[in-house]
Amino acid sequence: MSDSKDVHIEFRDFNFYYGRSRALHNINLPIARRKVTAFIGPSGCGKSTLLRSINRMFDLYPEQRAEGRLLVDGVNVLDPGTDPTTLRARVGMVFQKPTPFPMSIYENIAFGVRLHESLTRAEMDERVEWALNKAALWDEVKDKLHASGSSLSGGQQQRLCIARGVAVKPEVLLLDEPTSALDPISTMRIEELIDELKNEFTIVIVTHNMQQAARISDNTAYMYLGELVEYGITDQIFIKPQKKATEDYITGRFG
Amino acid sequence: MTLIQRRKLTNLMALGLSLLAMGFGLFWLGWILLTVLQQGLAGLSINLFTQMTPPPGAADGGLLNALVGSVLMVSLATMVGTPIGILAGIYLAEYGQKSWLGSATRYVNDLLLSAPSIVIGLFVWTLVVSRMQTYSGWAGIAALSLIVVPVVVRTTENMLLLVPDSLREAAFALGAPKYKVTTSVVLRAARSGVITGILLAVARIGGETAPLLFTSLSSQFWSMDLGQPIASLPVMISQFAMSPFPEWQQIAWAGVLITTLGVLMLNILARTYFRQKN
Amino acid sequence: MDASLAVSKDDAQTGGQWPPVVEGSGEATRKRVSSWQDAGFAWLVRLVAVFVLVAMSGIVIALVYDAWPVLNAFGLDFLISSEWNPPMDRYGALVLIYGTLVTSAIALFIAVPVSFGIAIFLTELSPAWLRRPLGTAIELLAAIPSIVYGMWGLLVFAPVFATHVQPLLASTLGKIPFLGVLFSGPPLGIGLLTAGIVLAIMIIPFIASVMRDVFEITPPMIRESAYGLGCTTWEVVWRIVLPYSKTGVVGGVMLGLGRALGETMAVTFVIGNTSFLTSPSLFMPGNSATSAIANEFAEAAPGLHTSALIGLALMLFLITLVVLMISRFMLSRMKKH
Repeated sequence: MSDSKDVHIEFRDFNFYYGRSRALHNINLPIARRKVTAFIGPSGCGKSTLLRSINRMFDLYPEQRAEGRLLVDGVNVLDPGTDPTTLRARVGMVFQKPTPFPMSIYENIAFGVRLHESLTRAEMDERVEWALNKAALWDEVKDKLHASGSSLSGGQQQRLCIARGVAVKPEVLLLDEPTSALDPISTMRIEELIDELKNEFTIVIVTHNMQQAARISDNTAYMYLGELVEYGITDQIFIKPQKKATEDYITGRFG
Repeated sequence: MTLIQRRKLTNLMALGLSLLAMGFGLFWLGWILLTVLQQGLAGLSINLFTQMTPPPGAADGGLLNALVGSVLMVSLATMVGTPIGILAGIYLAEYGQKSWLGSATRYVNDLLLSAPSIVIGLFVWTLVVSRMQTYSGWAGIAALSLIVVPVVVRTTENMLLLVPDSLREAAFALGAPKYKVTTSVVLRAARSGVITGILLAVARIGGETAPLLFTSLSSQFWSMDLGQPIASLPVMISQFAMSPFPEWQQIAWAGVLITTLGVLMLNILARTYFRQKN
Repeated sequence: MDASLAVSKDDAQTGGQWPPVVEGSGEATRKRVSSWQDAGFAWLVRLVAVFVLVAMSGIVIALVYDAWPVLNAFGLDFLISSEWNPPMDRYGALVLIYGTLVTSAIALFIAVPVSFGIAIFLTELSPAWLRRPLGTAIELLAAIPSIVYGMWGLLVFAPVFATHVQPLLASTLGKIPFLGVLFSGPPLGIGLLTAGIVLAIMIIPFIASVMRDVFEITPPMIRESAYGLGCTTWEVVWRIVLPYSKTGVVGGVMLGLGRALGETMAVTFVIGNTSFLTSPSLFMPGNSATSAIANEFAEAAPGLHTSALIGLALMLFLITLVVLMISRFMLSRMKKH
């Protein structure tokens, strides 16, 4: 690991179950602070499940549960004592498809902020502008902040969702295939954005797109059938994988 | 005749009958609406909106007290029934989807939705009227609310279930507590559908007669006192329509026109509103 | 990648310990999410759901309670005696039950084939641009208040029916042996047959729209492969779509039946309101459970008469419940496909 001194999130002997079937097997994986970490692997390998564990999304579904330890800054957030809503304030998430809420652009961003902070009107305006700037969307929407969020194009909607996540000032951003529903140009903009954002946030991204992982991530985890096959610095994983399975997947012989 | 000819003939006949059936349905709609328009327009006059219903023996009068009584009871019943219906619908869709209570409530609600409205009227009579020893506007409102609730519950649940889970997850991912996710995001996303349901519920109770017969009863006088019997348009219509006086029947037709137009407009409004918003 | 170069003001605030240490302006205002609000809302919606459940059970309990005197006094006779005689305090509901069942049967007899035709038209024949307006028009039939059906039925339809249709029926169907009895007697306009026809018009929209909806559920692949074999439209509907959706169709018919059984105002206006049945003819006036309640309840003396009418409501409610349960069962099986 390039930066083991500054581990932000760490899975330890982590197992995940959908009902009785085990979806993740003994995952041990440290994630570095303020780096981009990519999870890659064929569909159904558990990379999304792993990602969604970090903000305890599985709490919503009674039949799903996690075992083992998941440390965020050294504290096990799987402890029943951890309040998931507070955890989610620190761990933002962006989904495969844009999910604008049925309200204005401004309200979309203010909604999340209001959950966790009481700001004055001026502070909120400032925060919204700050978040939209972070998401490289401000110039496009500054004249129509009160238009409906769903009136934006797909790429803009996705950046709005990123802005919404960023506005809460989390430490971690989880991106679940954020560009899979977007055209190449929008995808490029989001990738540039990720590059910007990693200066301030720990970013974990799930992607199907191998080139994308190679382009934007610092570290890459290759998963297969619910197991972590290989994990390391992205350049090494792509240029000189340690394991044959990883090499086969990356070079396209399989997957 | 060859087999293929016979098959084609059968097809033609069946499709012809289907066309006929469609015409049959439209025929009644046309006939009823035409009658209502013709007779109703003939009876329409300014007196309807300025005068009280005629006492026995008198010929002229209007429908003012009945109109006001109807508007009063329908709006109050909507105000009582809508929140109950929305909250129960939220429970069914977001909280008790698979629970025992959820399934039982959903089942019972669906039965209540199609239960005969006169039975609901009698139920309220046994609970309210026979205990209070008087017919009253409040009893009528209670009966109408009981009709609003199942309609709103059903549409609310359906509309909430149409909201994609990704939207819920996105709200949860921001750290929103469940009630916030439900009220600020999910319910909001389903807003147009829920409003449509409310409009349809209003249209439904706007024309209901049977549940009012033994609850709010009727009154010839101007009254806003909901503790007393109170006039309503549908009950007035049923009384005047059966009367032997042509003048009273005329007033009833005008009432029918007002009710029908109101109810149909609400229906069409609800549909177009829903379509535009989606 | 040197992380320390990238540290910004925001990171200094948020990159702290877990659980969050309050420091800096952003953290200081961070709210504690109040879990009692969340729990309170969950309880509120649950409570309201319980209320809906209780209201329903309350109907049955209240009706049983108030109907008890008459059930106690007459027992099974309440259902099988045909003497409904309020002045003598004799209450047997057979004629009323007969009226309810016969009018509903007539309604189904007419409405089911017509609704089937309408559903075929809307799903298979109609040009796409006409589908929505025509579907809406049929559904509007359901939106017209029943009082309007009643008044129209009594003052407009019944006279036309008596002068033009009933004589025609009597001179054609009335001549058939055995069956002819049903179409004999004086053409009064009002009566069981008229009530059945008005009910039919009222329930067509319910049955037709359910049929249309379940027909549309048939997977296009199945439909297309049948057309691909060379089936005609009718053959596709009769052999593929209908078998595929038959539970849904039965569910729709049951829904219509439930409506017909419980309809009050329209029936009350046109059924004739007499509780004496002298001939099997459908031309004869009769009475139904709902119209007896509507006509007599307001003037009923406290005691057995009131109790008997509530007993009628109870019986009607239970029958409708059974019919609606069947409907729901069929429709839910349809959905699982």
